[in-house]
Amino acid sequence: MELEEFVSHFAEQFEDTDKSEIMPDTKFHDLEEWGSLVAMGIIAFVKTKCGKTITGKEIRSCETVEDVYHLVAGK
Amino acid sequence: MMTDYNPFTLTGKVILVTGASSGIGRGIAIACSKMGATIILNGRDRKKLEATLEQLEDGEHQILPADLTNPSAVKEMVMAMPQLDGIVHCAGIGNRTLCRQLSEETVSNVMDINFKGPVMLQQMLLEQKKINKGASIVFMASMASVSPSIGHAAYSASKGAIISYANCLSLELAPRKIRVNCISPAMVWTDLVLQDGVDEEQLKEDEQNYPLKRYGTPEDIAHLAIYLLSDASSWMTGSNIKISGGAN
Repeated sequence: MELEEFVSHFAEQFEDTDKSEIMPDTKFHDLEEWGSLVAMGIIAFVKTKCGKTITGKEIRSCETVEDVYHLVAGK
Repeated sequence: MMTDYNPFTLTGKVILVTGASSGIGRGIAIACSKMGATIILNGRDRKKLEATLEQLEDGEHQILPADLTNPSAVKEMVMAMPQLDGIVHCAGIGNRTLCRQLSEETVSNVMDINFKGPVMLQQMLLEQKKINKGASIVFMASMASVSPSIGHAAYSASKGAIISYANCLSLELAPRKIRVNCISPAMVWTDLVLQDGVDEEQLKEDEQNYPLKRYGTPEDIAHLAIYLLSDASSWMTGSNIKISGGAN
């Protein structure tokens, strides 16, 4: 999956955060809506769309959306 | 005289344990064999069941592999089954999916394995008259049925469904003194809890929130199962016992 498509799926996991706020360099932990609910949504889309398993702890260790992309790509 | 006193003995009882290839089911099979029971081990994977068998106390134990979501496999297994004095329905799967991401497939899979499987196995055992008078039936439910957490909707609902089913079954079997009870554990260290993006470190942090400062082990649950399977619990039916290290 390309970075652009990944970022778009990442953004879909938010309900109230505008898509335009989610960029590759967005520090997602700072977003008001960020929390365990959104994290679980990310874990699920990575599993269904990319066929890979990432953990909550791994997401916590990432700073930007692109970091998560590379984490998944490296699996 | 006092030295022989053991109301929890399972000597002479034949007990079917489903989901005996790992986790709580394996723990229960091992513990019950130590209490003198003859165990019928069920699971899908013969190799894993053989690994459980190796850990049992010596006895006339048997392996009967079958996928409990496959009706013809269930029938074949039940036909080969000896008369039973105890049944522990442990076969189950975990699932963490947000409600908005639930697929038809996920819901069917969770309900088929955690609810429909044990219900139809139970039906076949009753129809084929494989259950002795005074037997004890135990369903592995979960605290999740009353303790919600995000992503746990399908799993929690499947466990709530089996508890409601067991309550009705207990009434239907009471005339033959067959008892039906549920065990509802909080988190227990098995492969089932380590999935869908949950990592061990996170769980180790979480278990510190439990009043007794730890998650359960399969042995913790097995000791309660022994009580429910033994004649010590002769006056118990239709109960759902919480075992949780103090967690709510």
